[in-house]
Amino acid sequence: MPKLKSILDLENLRKEILSKIDPKKPCITICSGTGCQATGCEKVSDAFQEELKKQKLEEKVNIRKTGCHGFCEKGPIVVIYPDEICYLQVKPKDVPDIISQTIKEGKLIDYLLYIDPTTKEKIIHESEIPFYKNQKRLIFGNNRKIDPKSIEDYIALNGYSALAKALFNLTPEKVLEEVKEANLRGCGGGGFPTGRKWETTRNAPGEPKYVIVNCDEGDPGAYMDRSLMEGNPHSVLEGLIIGAYAIGSHEGFIYVRQEYPLAVENTEIAIQQAKDYGFIGENILGSGFNFMIKIHRGASAFVSGESSALMSAIEGKVGEPKSKYIHTAVKGLWDKPTCLNNVETWANVPFIINNGADWFKSMGTEGSKGTKIFSLVGKVNNTGLVEVPMGMTLREIIYNIGGGIPNNKKFKAVQTGGPSGGCIPEKFLDFPVDFDALSKLGSMMGSGGMIVMDEDTCMVDVAKYFTNFLADESCGKCIPCREGLKHMLRILNDITAGKGTEEDINRLEELAEVICDASLCALGQTAPNPVLSTLKYFRDEYEAHLKGVCPAKVCKELITYYIDPEKCQACGLCAKNCPTDAIYGEKKMVHVIDKEKCIKCGICFEICPDKFNAVSKISGDVIPLDVPKGTKIKPQKR
Amino acid sequence: MRMKTITLEIDGKEVKAEEGMTVLQSAKNAGIEIPTLCYHEKLEPYGACRFCLVEVTKGKKTRLVASCCYPVEEGLVVKTSTKRIIKNRKVLLELILPIAPTGAHKSLAEKYGVKESRFPLEPGEEPSYCTLCGLCVHYCDKIKKWNAVGFQGRGIDRKIVLMSGIGDQCIDCRECYDICDAGKFITLAEEF
Ligand SMILES: Cc1cc2nc3c(=O)[nH]c(=O)nc-3n(C[C@H](O)[C@H](O)[C@H](O)COP(=O)(O)O)c2cc1C
Ligand code: SF4
Repeated sequence: MPKLKSILDLENLRKEILSKIDPKKPCITICSGTGCQATGCEKVSDAFQEELKKQKLEEKVNIRKTGCHGFCEKGPIVVIYPDEICYLQVKPKDVPDIISQTIKEGKLIDYLLYIDPTTKEKIIHESEIPFYKNQKRLIFGNNRKIDPKSIEDYIALNGYSALAKALFNLTPEKVLEEVKEANLRGCGGGGFPTGRKWETTRNAPGEPKYVIVNCDEGDPGAYMDRSLMEGNPHSVLEGLIIGAYAIGSHEGFIYVRQEYPLAVENTEIAIQQAKDYGFIGENILGSGFNFMIKIHRGASAFVSGESSALMSAIEGKVGEPKSKYIHTAVKGLWDKPTCLNNVETWANVPFIINNGADWFKSMGTEGSKGTKIFSLVGKVNNTGLVEVPMGMTLREIIYNIGGGIPNNKKFKAVQTGGPSGGCIPEKFLDFPVDFDALSKLGSMMGSGGMIVMDEDTCMVDVAKYFTNFLADESCGKCIPCREGLKHMLRILNDITAGKGTEEDINRLEELAEVICDASLCALGQTAPNPVLSTLKYFRDEYEAHLKGVCPAKVCKELITYYIDPEKCQACGLCAKNCPTDAIYGEKKMVHVIDKEKCIKCGICFEICPDKFNAVSKISGDVIPLDVPKGTKIKPQKR
Repeated sequence: MRMKTITLEIDGKEVKAEEGMTVLQSAKNAGIEIPTLCYHEKLEPYGACRFCLVEVTKGKKTRLVASCCYPVEEGLVVKTSTKRIIKNRKVLLELILPIAPTGAHKSLAEKYGVKESRFPLEPGEEPSYCTLCGLCVHYCDKIKKWNAVGFQGRGIDRKIVLMSGIGDQCIDCRECYDICDAGKFITLAEEF
């Protein structure tokens, strides 16, 4: 690769790349993100390569392995250009048909298309699937168009043009001004105004200044940063280099967690390619600006993503939060001014520079501009990564994009903001999603986790789950977080076991207050949120537990499994599958659960055929007496 | 180079301090008591026990901070024992007393009227006699430069351990015994 020495060199390279692209030539893109890897995309792409070879079409058809498309649940996803024909859940055995029918004859393969569950209509184009149609894929959209290992793909999509514009047409001050004016806010959790942070680092005394990408992403279930870093690493690099130029930094770090090997690999490749072309290094594009980037592989702890812990780790020390009241933007890495931003935050920057602050501000709400990527999971039909303009309502995200709640269940709550976020009840579904609205509801944007919960979810159990996670992930340095969370968890264990008292709720509230007030870092300061928000919106569920009832029938200690003698048809499935042989019954005799032996695993409840529906869970209500052994079933007329 | 003098207010009293000092140091100089567990004059502030929490007001903003780490600022208004602070310290005491029933925090508990903890040990749980204040770790690291004591584990599993392979220097030194206030090292001594 020749080093590019000017903006003209870059434009010539882009022209050359584009000239080699034949827009009519079929291109099979195979999503190779983490989700699709799990469902076997590698085998699918191997099958395509083999089949093309077999049919001697290698020269006539391109194959591209892209980053995550987001609709992970339907993977492996294959999209065929130029017609954008989208096939879902593709298996290697489907490949010969795709080649011989779709590629060669232009025919669609119906059973691989998306079928709209409400209209039953077949949808051909990826962008018309409701999951995608209702999104605004600004940052994430290019993932499906590029091979993350190819810088040329990125350049073809106007990549590095924002960097060239910044270096040659804008002063560092002007770049900073534009980002400030755009009112971009940090996507890593706090929503801190990015431009202001850049300015603080720029103006802080001390050299050198550092810039860092935070790709620690320790929230369970979240993978948007990973998908960006894996799927479009150059967009993050470009944002980082532009930021460094604005701040006056010549050295950057990308902190990636160890468990993201593909992100590490793709970032390493991207850095090397960017160096080869001269986007990183000395005298970038002949502008006189120098900038180097190193990768730091981080340990796998949630708390390592906290700014002071992350910087300690890069310094080679224990990655623990520090009690510091001088912002890391002023005194960060090796006590030098350091600007740390989240992956998604950096990836926004090239768009702002290319399109201007006014364009960016045209999306979003008063206080939150642009878009946000969410990881939509839980009890929702379409799970995956979604990107929407700030201000879209929770209802629109969950119902229009997520396709609503499966099995006609009722919505109960949505948990946003990662483990230390809060649970939002139904009455706020029409609230716009932005930084300030979510905080007002006692939750937060966090890094963009969104877990949908239905009527079968016990909110005390949910609070216990997140408190347990946070108690586990607490570094243990400071007393309120370490000891306070331990006791919160013990109290929640008692309550879900039916051993809680009114006084326990008081203790929970008092601990929550002290943990928020006194903890050293934001992990502790926000850790009581799951408890506080569920106490605020679902207090009745806590109170029911105090009376020995779990309304959602989730907490094992508070439920009893019971077989209805009127309904049991003695099919014997439950007895056959009970792991503790707790169910006795014979042919044509009503089956009965021995409560002494029952471990409440729920297998009988799941396995009893729907047409009989004889097993029920009881919590709070009187448990009917068991029928005597040998009671005959009542055959049902059907 | 002469240090800049800074004027701040602590508990209604005008206090002069040098730039770069912490609120805790300047309070101590002014004879104002702020309780601490993990602070030691010879060591860098660690900020882990949270007993030294104070309320600072700058402009319109008031917040709780660890005074051992917070640098003095011109015009800062500090309060060291508001209701909110006392409440926090009392709960911190309740959290730490069952684990570490001996040490200076015991007299603090008496002063604050904390007699019994609402957060007792679980059946079968033994006191560790350690608040994880880290003084021994940092003393051995920074002053003795031996690094013979360290932390292990995270969260509730965090504990103080003697690094393996330490020999005679520990037997002869034992300065951490004096620095340990909660009694951990008395119990560890039996392991030698
Ligand atoms: C316990 C904890 C974990 C965090 N984990 C992450 C993370 O995984 N990724 C991230 O970008 N920010 C994380 N943060 C937030 C960072 O400390 C920091 O605020 C952020 O990276 C700044 O970037 P932004 O301004 O672009 O949001 C975490 C904070 C805390 C307290
Ligand atoms: S708040 Fe928790 S995670 Fe943060 S320093 Fe204290 S113990 Fe560690």
